[in-house]
Amino acid sequence: MTRKITSGKVSRRMLLAGSAAGAAAALSGFPAPAIAQAEPFRLGLLTVKTGPLAQGGIQMEQGVLTYLKETNYMIGGRKVEFSSADTGGNPAGTKTKAQELVERDKVDVILGPLAAFELYAISDYIREQKMPTLSLAAADNLTQRLPNPYLLRASATSSQAMQPMGHYAATEMKLKRIITLSEDFAFGYEQMGGFQAAFQQDGGCIVNKLWPPLSTPDYTPYVAQIGDCDGVCQGFAGSNPLRFMKAYASAGFKFPVVTGETGGDDALLKSYGEEAIGLVGCCPYTIDLEIEANQRFINGMLKNFETIPGQYAALLYVNCQVVDAALKATGGDANDKDKFMAALKAVNLTDTPRGPLKFDHLNNVIGNFYIRRIGTEGAKYGLKLWNKTIKTYENVSQFWAWPEQEFLAHPVYSRDYPPLTKC
Amino acid sequence: MTSRSIGACVAIAVALVALPYAIKEVYYVNIASQILLYAIFALGLNILVGYAGLVSLGHAGLFGIAAYIVAYLLSSGHGHAVAIVTALVGSLAATAGFAALSLRATGISFIMITLALGEIIWGLAYRWISLTNGDNGISVATRPAPFGFALGDARSFYVATLIVFLLAVAAAAIFVRSPLGAALCGTRDQPRRMNALGYHVWAIRFWAFMFSGLLTAIAGILFVYYSEFISPQALALTASAEALLMVISGGAGTLLGPIVGAALVVIVKNVASAYVERWNFMLGAIFVAIVVFMPEGLVPGAMRLTRSLFRASGRRKAAPVAAEPRP
Amino acid sequence: MTFWLLLTVNSVTFGGLLFLLSAGFALIVGLMRIPNLTHGSMFMLGAYFGTTLLSGTLGIRFSFWLAALIAALEVAVLGALMERLLLRRLAGQQLAQVLVTLGVSFMVADLCLMGWGGDPISVATPPGLAGFVRVGSAVFPLYRLAVIAVAVVFAIALWLMLERTRLGAMIRAGVDDPQMARVVGIRVSQLFTIVFALGAGLAGFAGMIGGPILSVYPGLDQDMLPLALVVVILGGTGNLLGSFVGSIIIGFIYNFGQALLPELAYFILFLPMVLVLVLRPQGLFGGQIL
Repeated sequence: MTRKITSGKVSRRMLLAGSAAGAAAALSGFPAPAIAQAEPFRLGLLTVKTGPLAQGGIQMEQGVLTYLKETNYMIGGRKVEFSSADTGGNPAGTKTKAQELVERDKVDVILGPLAAFELYAISDYIREQKMPTLSLAAADNLTQRLPNPYLLRASATSSQAMQPMGHYAATEMKLKRIITLSEDFAFGYEQMGGFQAAFQQDGGCIVNKLWPPLSTPDYTPYVAQIGDCDGVCQGFAGSNPLRFMKAYASAGFKFPVVTGETGGDDALLKSYGEEAIGLVGCCPYTIDLEIEANQRFINGMLKNFETIPGQYAALLYVNCQVVDAALKATGGDANDKDKFMAALKAVNLTDTPRGPLKFDHLNNVIGNFYIRRIGTEGAKYGLKLWNKTIKTYENVSQFWAWPEQEFLAHPVYSRDYPPLTKC
Repeated sequence: MTSRSIGACVAIAVALVALPYAIKEVYYVNIASQILLYAIFALGLNILVGYAGLVSLGHAGLFGIAAYIVAYLLSSGHGHAVAIVTALVGSLAATAGFAALSLRATGISFIMITLALGEIIWGLAYRWISLTNGDNGISVATRPAPFGFALGDARSFYVATLIVFLLAVAAAAIFVRSPLGAALCGTRDQPRRMNALGYHVWAIRFWAFMFSGLLTAIAGILFVYYSEFISPQALALTASAEALLMVISGGAGTLLGPIVGAALVVIVKNVASAYVERWNFMLGAIFVAIVVFMPEGLVPGAMRLTRSLFRASGRRKAAPVAAEPRP
Repeated sequence: MTFWLLLTVNSVTFGGLLFLLSAGFALIVGLMRIPNLTHGSMFMLGAYFGTTLLSGTLGIRFSFWLAALIAALEVAVLGALMERLLLRRLAGQQLAQVLVTLGVSFMVADLCLMGWGGDPISVATPPGLAGFVRVGSAVFPLYRLAVIAVAVVFAIALWLMLERTRLGAMIRAGVDDPQMARVVGIRVSQLFTIVFALGAGLAGFAGMIGGPILSVYPGLDQDMLPLALVVVILGGTGNLLGSFVGSIIIGFIYNFGQALLPELAYFILFLPMVLVLVLRPQGLFGGQIL
């Protein structure tokens, strides 16, 4: 599945209007385009193309390919040799595929993997191999209390979008009592923990937390437990948000529902029906962001794959931009892993589909997060529903409004942290 | 065993030992280690499926219990010896529990009880977060160094896995040829007659289950050291089904079959998937093709084909091949 | 009060859906003794076929019910083909049957991913059934009530078929004693094809009927297969009444178990199954299990 490059044409279009120069400056003394690189730059992707997680995984690959086609398979002045590996969505497969990329394909950087448990399975390995990895997976602690120096996250931690969501629900939607529902796994715990912490900080109260198992064909048994509240927060992922919203609407509930990056993902717009109208979500990417970079990305996805992109495709596209900027900064040199990693961390872009972004000292993104409401107004690309941005939180870090020290002094968000308080 | 077959075994063993030094790419050495450890798992399951006629869909639970015990004890600061011994003991105790519950039935009921038990263990791994760290899993920082022989790199780990694998094959061969093994085949084919002859059918099956569980636990321990990580996915129903597919596709009730089946599945999943985008479809198609052309499995099927070819060229036409009742 | 009403109605709805899924499965296992691990795939295929028909094929847009029936027919044909081409030659070879049915389910899962992409597809509730029935403070979606009605209609139709028709008599004879059925001149081979197609078609129909509740997504097959297994274990095989009661019981256990004992959500289906198997291996309602 390695796609070799046939075209040697260099695209002269300046893609990254943002300050790749900032990164270059950080490593000045390095004559930028001077080093001629005969060797192709080897880009590896860990994704999931089979099984239940394939929806997001296929979009991840499409995001990367959209970027590569746009730049004519050139990154940082070097030809790209792209290897895409299907982990099958399980940790053992992820480890083997990471070894395949590192040891057999000799990649210079890994994009992915998708799920937190996949990232945990290879975290030690990428550290040993000093393999720069731009993860999509949102395992909070890997950029918090257990940082990995070779991991860079341009997407978001699990809780990063939920903290502004909690703030918005309390301060602008004026909700007071919320019941949360999310899948019974770490991504769910971290999302809901972030929501609860921010929501309670601003005077809200969590009445109850429900955790349906990952594969729950019918959510009605959980929906039936909703009551004594004025709002609901759901943190489901994959196809689950769809079924939850149906069960919720079927039970006749009318409380407003808020959600996170996976529950409100733009890729779900074509799947959702009327039951999703009014759903408010917070996401690091929004399809209605009207800037040139986003339009270019969406057009590329429509042209190449006839697909309306969601955040999985967008964030992988952004990952490619980050790699491109870093490689430009090092003058095309990725052989010195530590130097390349430093260049990656120093990347500071403004012209990405998700807006401006930079990284904190623990390698996690600082960027914009968008609160959107699903409705019919303004729908484009043949969609019936549309995510309309109603508020933008700028430069949101993984620590939200708390000082880093204070945030890190807490345990990582979990099923029981923050605990339920009486209210 | 004839001297010729002993010679062949020695030649194969030498080739297996030389393998990692002949392959330049570390990646393929790791694949070879995976094949060996899954082969041990399949050998263990084959004792039940092939020789006892009892199809288990819950063996990944036993595999996982051993792996989790090692990971948990290592992460809480115990040594490798303690972890491995406890894992073996714990896993055998769980096996005894599995056996006690599931051996009340045979056939599809046996499949269903083992499936349900496997799912319960999987659920525990998922839910008992204080012990298992939920779906984030437990990382294992170090591999052991038995007799000062460090297993950190791929090649030495392969050699260690190979030694364990050869011991497991030998143990399985001895077990199958022992009076207990013969009696086990008897309980598979003629349970009532065995009972009438005074054999304790339940006890024979129980001890076969225990031996199967032992090999499975060993494979689980190798797995956790190999991947240096364990999470609930390793215990899921799909993992049990995969092991079962290894046994059946290679040829249940033969010693070589599960090994060939393990190689097939590991190679398609990990190596072929790099070249074939729809590898899952391919794996399914291979299974269907195996059933169409050699329903008894790859190893017995290939032997049958070569035999009939040999006969066809040697004398008259090949004898019509009747579908063998059971491997 | 709303809580109990909502869950009770939903238990029966879910049970009805499970009955449509597992009635065919019980017949297949009871008559043919095949551990048919493609049954979840048939459910998923029916749903995918149905959504395609619903959104328009060859310029024709089908109504929901027509789409469900055509999807069921398509899946039934696939089932018949599978029985004729693959399972036919494997009579009595249980291991080969496990291998081939799992192999086919892998292929179906990957084909669906290729054909329909990974995005979940939501199935619109048929117009006319999108509303609610109000009982005091509780509201019940019309569609979920309709599912109960459909399940009851199918249960009665299947019962009449088994009790009153020649085909039914042959199936009953085959379930009771396959050797004897052959001796008295029943063409078992043809019967097997019909029953397998019927079972697959019912599963496909259930997939589409379940669509407005469950939607369609990769992995739906794996979510549904264990439920069918559990129902058959509880209700016994080759036994329509058993399947019906088993489905309703599982509907209640699933709904009330998850709501009242969330800590046991992962075990709630399997614990009763282990108990039944250990204490009463033939299922609650007799019938044979291999």
